[in-house]
Amino acid sequence: MPAKSAAFKPATQDQILEFYREMLLMRRFEEKAGQLYGMGLIAGFCHLYIGQEAVVTGVQAVLEEGDQIITGYRDHAHMLACGMDPKGVMAELTGREGGYSRGKGGSMHMFSREKNFYGGHGIVGAQVALGTGLGFANWYKDNGKISVAYFGDGAANQGQVYESFNMAKLWNLPVIYVIENNQYAMGTSVKRASSETHLYKRGASFGIPGEEVDGMDVEAVRKAAHKAAKHARTGKGPYILEMKTYRYRGHSMSDPAKYRTRDEVDEVRSHHDPIDMVKEKLLATKKFSEEDLKAIDKDVKAIVNEAAEFSKTSPEPDPSELYTDVLVEA
Amino acid sequence: MSIEILMPALSPTMEEGTLAKWNIKEGDTVESGDVIAEIETDKATMEVEAVEEGVVAKLLVEEGAENVKVNAVIAILAEDGEDVSAAASGGAPAPAAAPAVEPAAVTPAIDERPAMAAAAVASVQDPDIPSGTSFTSTTVRDALRDAMAEEMRRDDTVFVMGEEVAEYQGAYKVTRELLQEFGPKRVVDTPITEHGFAGLGVGAAFNGLKPIVEFMTFNFAMQAIDHIINSAAKTLYMSGGQMGCPIVFRGPNSAASRVGAQHSQDYSAWYGNVPGLKVIAPYDAADAKGLLKAAIRDPNPVVFLEHELIYGESFDVPDLDDYVLPIGKAKIRREGTDVTITAHSRMVGFALEAAEILAGEGISAEVIDLRTIRPLDTDTVVQSVMKTNRLVATEEGWGRMGVGAEIAAVVTAEAFDYLDAPPARVHQKDVPLPYAGNLEALSLPNTQDIVAAAKAVCYAE
Repeated sequence: MPAKSAAFKPATQDQILEFYREMLLMRRFEEKAGQLYGMGLIAGFCHLYIGQEAVVTGVQAVLEEGDQIITGYRDHAHMLACGMDPKGVMAELTGREGGYSRGKGGSMHMFSREKNFYGGHGIVGAQVALGTGLGFANWYKDNGKISVAYFGDGAANQGQVYESFNMAKLWNLPVIYVIENNQYAMGTSVKRASSETHLYKRGASFGIPGEEVDGMDVEAVRKAAHKAAKHARTGKGPYILEMKTYRYRGHSMSDPAKYRTRDEVDEVRSHHDPIDMVKEKLLATKKFSEEDLKAIDKDVKAIVNEAAEFSKTSPEPDPSELYTDVLVEA
Repeated sequence: MSIEILMPALSPTMEEGTLAKWNIKEGDTVESGDVIAEIETDKATMEVEAVEEGVVAKLLVEEGAENVKVNAVIAILAEDGEDVSAAASGGAPAPAAAPAVEPAAVTPAIDERPAMAAAAVASVQDPDIPSGTSFTSTTVRDALRDAMAEEMRRDDTVFVMGEEVAEYQGAYKVTRELLQEFGPKRVVDTPITEHGFAGLGVGAAFNGLKPIVEFMTFNFAMQAIDHIINSAAKTLYMSGGQMGCPIVFRGPNSAASRVGAQHSQDYSAWYGNVPGLKVIAPYDAADAKGLLKAAIRDPNPVVFLEHELIYGESFDVPDLDDYVLPIGKAKIRREGTDVTITAHSRMVGFALEAAEILAGEGISAEVIDLRTIRPLDTDTVVQSVMKTNRLVATEEGWGRMGVGAEIAAVVTAEAFDYLDAPPARVHQKDVPLPYAGNLEALSLPNTQDIVAAAKAVCYAE
């Protein structure tokens, strides 16, 4: 049965274990990035994904080979989800030759044509129009692929988002818009910035269906994404998923996060952590023991340490790289 | 193994900070995510979270300590099962680490790369037009249309999108009859949504298509300029060469006739300033055709600046199956010996008229049609000035930071000893373009302005 018409099936224990591993890799990777930033090895802006891991993990689980994804500047986990090498991502964060952009992009600007990851964009909302264009090309080529454009609750207030929604529905382009509503656009809460705080309704005036999803629950995310992907892949046009999620860290490394209380963060971290919830589920089945999960923790830590080591030892780009890649030589 | 906790850098500019508060004491067990300290940076007071688990073996910096260097060891954790006292004795405050990055090198006075690029450009020539080739008088409008139609026949990933390009047949009829030949999937009427469709076009280019994005005029492209520059021009570089963007942004640029300041701007200098773009501004129909075909085939983002007031002018276009011109090559429109006049787009016509008038007064002007603004063919201009010893650089846009300013700077740097007079510039007056007919005429540069500037640099009455 072709995947595009397949019915949703609950995740198997092995799948859930895989989600656990993926999310843990994202968490440990980001913690390490934060640490390297603190040591001055990563510079500039660095936006961590800690707390939001279930969103990209659940959505990625329903995508097929050749589907494209694009996101904003909080992009490290999306790259890991696409199967990009943690070493190449970390080395880009440190601005080294071994980075995905050979050190010329940095945290917010990384790409992998091979893995269909289209960035990594630093201008808030730009990825929504670009991601719609990825979908336009799929529609034009009639190749059965879909694109996923991730953006935050802050970007949801940009004008070009609505220009994109309009065209996407006008031409029924195969695009999923995933709004990662982590409740703060830098320091401004959704209710202080949005007249309509239910962001999944933002497509209503264009006729785009939308739904709210518990973005801390990877299985709920996967289920909603399955429905959205089926919709887009069968010619019905775009779909909006509003993922209610939370970031534990500041907007960027230099954000003291004084706009919310420590209790608020601790509440989410203690009771709604996407990784802890999956862990409890796995242990409850008795199929996996604490020891099994510890072994995964150990593997993940080794991968992250290897990435960090690579990112420190990979040389800075050769000065001759300064003038390369400005134009494609015809 | 004990774990050293280092003084973290908490902002892009932080080099040292104050350890305002410890939230832990020796002997405490910490878990990843626990707030262990508060640190005052140059910008704010930040909470610091533990990233490792363990028992606090030793605090090495006292609460309230100022000027603690980034990367100094501030505390030591004993790992699970480790002897705390052994861990505590293992650490001494580390000296502040050397900066991870060397200070940026001083920019050399002369940028070598543009010279290399110009040398490469100088070696390309317009294709030979075989003797016996017939010519057809064609409007610039139809030449642009023919270029798009030919490229769309040749490559089915080429499509055109924009406002009124399809059913209306083009606001200025440049896309006339394309819809009939290629259908609505390849000739796409967009809503009035420049920012959105420019971004959509760039995304489509990333994903394997070759969009031609028409702006009804380039004035409206200011709504879209973020995607032209941040998304189209910079992504190849930021992706380390992975993500090329083969797209053409085209449409009329500069003043039309009595349409006022918001519909009359010349963007040559704006886009010419941006690495990662190619910028073309042709004058006659043959160049419009040959350069638009080249632009569509180019693997890079190209800004193609047309001019409404020459859409209807007719010029001879060679009857060749595939007339493609090199991007980045100026054309000497008229040879001369006394003064070099550079121009692009509609100004070329004025420059040629001026040269004719000047000839009647005994001044032999060489007219160079730049054709491409980026890369700029400075070699052709410099060589001409070495012969004529005088320069008049013209453009329709404002002079400040303009195309003429760039040419004057290059000529001054590369042909200083050849100049017999300071370079002169002719451009629009430094005001928003007025509506009133007399004021508009006063504002825009014209043939007489060029004649006057040429005489001035020739020290002629």
